[in-house]
Amino acid sequence: MDSETKSTFSKSTGLPRKRFYRARAHSNPLSDSHFPIPIAPSHVDFSLHFPKVIEADNKISKKIEFADIGCGFGGLLISLSTLFPDTLMIGMELRDKVTEYVKERILALRKTSSEGQYENISVVRTNSMKYIPNYFEKGQLSKMFFLFPDPHFKEKNHRRRVISTHLLDEYAYVLRAGGIIYTITDVEELGEWMKACLEKHPMFESLTQEELDLDPVVELLCSATEEGQKVARNGGQTFRAIFRRIAYAS
Amino acid sequence: MVYALVVLILTTVLYGGAMAQSGCSDALTSLFPCLGYLTGGSSSPTSNCCDQFLTVVHSSPECLCMVVNSKENSFSGFSFNRTLALNLPTVCNVQTPSPSHCKESNIEEGENQNKLEVAPALISVHPSQKSVAVTVGSDLRVFDLIEKCPVTLVDESDVPSRKESIRAIRYSASGKLFVSAGDDKLVKIWSAESWRCLITVCSEKRVSAVAISSDDLHACYADKFGVVWVVELDGINEGEVVASKKGASLLSHYCSIITSLEYSPDGRYILSADRDFKIRVTVFPKKPLEGAHEIQSFCLGHTEFITCIAFISTPELTQGYLMSGSGDSTVRLWDITSGSLLDTCEVSTMAGHLVSNETEPPTQVTVTDICGIPNSSFAAVAIQSFQGILLLSCDLSAHTLSITKVIKIPGESFIPTSISVSTSTKLLWMVSGASNLPGSNHPGFSRVRVMSCTDTESFPILEDEQIPGGTKLLEQLQGKVAIEESVMSAAAEAVRAAMSSLLMKKQYSEEKREFRKRTRNDKKTT
Ligand SMILES: C[S@@+](CC[C@H](N)C(=O)[O-])C[C@H]1O[C@@H](n2cnc3c(N)ncnc32)[C@H](O)[C@@H]1O
Repeated sequence: MDSETKSTFSKSTGLPRKRFYRARAHSNPLSDSHFPIPIAPSHVDFSLHFPKVIEADNKISKKIEFADIGCGFGGLLISLSTLFPDTLMIGMELRDKVTEYVKERILALRKTSSEGQYENISVVRTNSMKYIPNYFEKGQLSKMFFLFPDPHFKEKNHRRRVISTHLLDEYAYVLRAGGIIYTITDVEELGEWMKACLEKHPMFESLTQEELDLDPVVELLCSATEEGQKVARNGGQTFRAIFRRIAYAS
Repeated sequence: MVYALVVLILTTVLYGGAMAQSGCSDALTSLFPCLGYLTGGSSSPTSNCCDQFLTVVHSSPECLCMVVNSKENSFSGFSFNRTLALNLPTVCNVQTPSPSHCKESNIEEGENQNKLEVAPALISVHPSQKSVAVTVGSDLRVFDLIEKCPVTLVDESDVPSRKESIRAIRYSASGKLFVSAGDDKLVKIWSAESWRCLITVCSEKRVSAVAISSDDLHACYADKFGVVWVVELDGINEGEVVASKKGASLLSHYCSIITSLEYSPDGRYILSADRDFKIRVTVFPKKPLEGAHEIQSFCLGHTEFITCIAFISTPELTQGYLMSGSGDSTVRLWDITSGSLLDTCEVSTMAGHLVSNETEPPTQVTVTDICGIPNSSFAAVAIQSFQGILLLSCDLSAHTLSITKVIKIPGESFIPTSISVSTSTKLLWMVSGASNLPGSNHPGFSRVRVMSCTDTESFPILEDEQIPGGTKLLEQLQGKVAIEESVMSAAAEAVRAAMSSLLMKKQYSEEKREFRKRTRNDKKTT
């Protein structure tokens, strides 16, 4: 048993090996879940996710502020973790094997870090298209990431896309005014789609070039995640849409 | 043995709708060698029984959940020992998923359901009791309480009405309009005065809930894929009939069946409740055709599908507090502005010992309908399998909700499937019935009863002759006056089975899930 678990970790880095966590390329977000769903955000047990942070800050006043939706293998979380060491962040991933991988990866990083890093990131297995309101309260988040989401090319599958006018209503609900939504893809058509959805939504406005230049997170979008690196290796083009949640009264 | 087999087949026929759908009827029928043991006839199961049981566990474990969920140990006088059934895994030494895993499902099946699904009979009464409407299946029956005569509906729209069940009806708050919608994917807006169909809206999917804004300017309807649509009603008048209109999408619950839609009493919000335990409170915008983007709150706390929502309304409160009923045996009270759960009222214990034909009280019951009694802090609640009404009282300063009275309806098996109250008379109108009963060639049955809520001490059930409109009304709304008791209880049972198959998440065991995954062809394994 022990030797078996060990072999799924790399000898040199102590990190889990990705090939043991390979899973189906795409999950169908419409099919129902087999994972526990918190009844409400107040039911999420943060001490399991961030034991060190909760221990240090026993008021438990800190809340998750960043969410990486469809986080895949977790590269972005790991980069953001050290860039914003005082911010709690969570990845949401539908595939169970991939979620397991990210979990192991974070635990391994925590163990190998001498400065107590990576205590501020975690991951949950869930269908973000259905259960975002079960995890976050109104206005709780300051950043949401949608990096290289599944394209779902066919017209009849467009409703499976993680960015749509109706889902943006929910994202606008969990984002505070001033919060930022980051999207990037290497599929031009999807890039256009995400941008169009955000542009026509009354609760989002585009960031200016100046603001983009000043935001340290922007350059991570195509370099930090596994998917981003793959696209970069192949010299592929990427399409970004980065918008701010604005105050709104209908 | 022969007797038992007959009963099993009968049970299969009666449950045909729900079971055939999930392919369980064959699986459960194959368990017939176990009947000797299951009926208590023999002390241990035969090896043949255990072999069959093992096959079912492997091939269709979700069917065992039907036994676990059915809560029945008797059917048509034949006692089927549920305890013994639950012991089968142990005595046969077969590993089964724990009964607590009996949950989960696949939603994309949403649309391809059995054509002739059982639909509960519905009732709606005009706010000032000018008329009352009942639906059974595709039939819409209206009785005029002023003229004391049946109403003839006039539908000149060129969209032919199909013979599919109506799933939602209601009057607008002003009493001027009436809306009906359902499985035929049509939403019909009627004048509640001339009873002409003023607008027919074609929906892309089947419709599960409807609402009309208090100013009569907009109608909203929810489809089975969780999208709420809106149509403008201004400009409609008695003179012209708008043949067909299309809705604009207002908001969406991602792929979840919406079970109830309601405007807040002040008209500021539109509320939508779904199968995924969630109530969404959305600001109803000034330009609804552009979508309702501003979510005020989510009311989260139910642990099963939500079946109904209704406001408590007292003259002092314009905002109102929301009540919701669910498959989790509770009615909950909410502050919709913040989404906070104020109180939870357990109804299973109270209704439990009164449920008819049960030897042991059910562990979970489903709330089927709620009505706030106008200008009071009372609410009437209908519960699946319960022959009566529970009266809840809401203390709005202490934020509590509690059962104050259990009203049993004496005599026949009358289990309300839908209730509605008139604002002016405070009469609670109740209907019990269903359409498309499996194994019956009757289109459907319904029985109407009325309870008076004028006096908050006693809540008398009116005799048929005392009901406004009397037997003439009953003839119109029920079709025929005398309905055998056995039919009524079969109808109630069929409605229960249909509702749980629609709203309860289906269950897949660990093995079954693994099997489903293994057999996928898009999976990349090393
Ligand atoms: C193409 S990958 C990109 C992963 C990562 N963001 C990256 O850039 O490397 C998309 C990921 O989203 C996940 N996903 C798809 N639909 C999802 C949903 N509804 N909820 C959560 N995750 C989802 C998929 O399982 C997959 O891992």
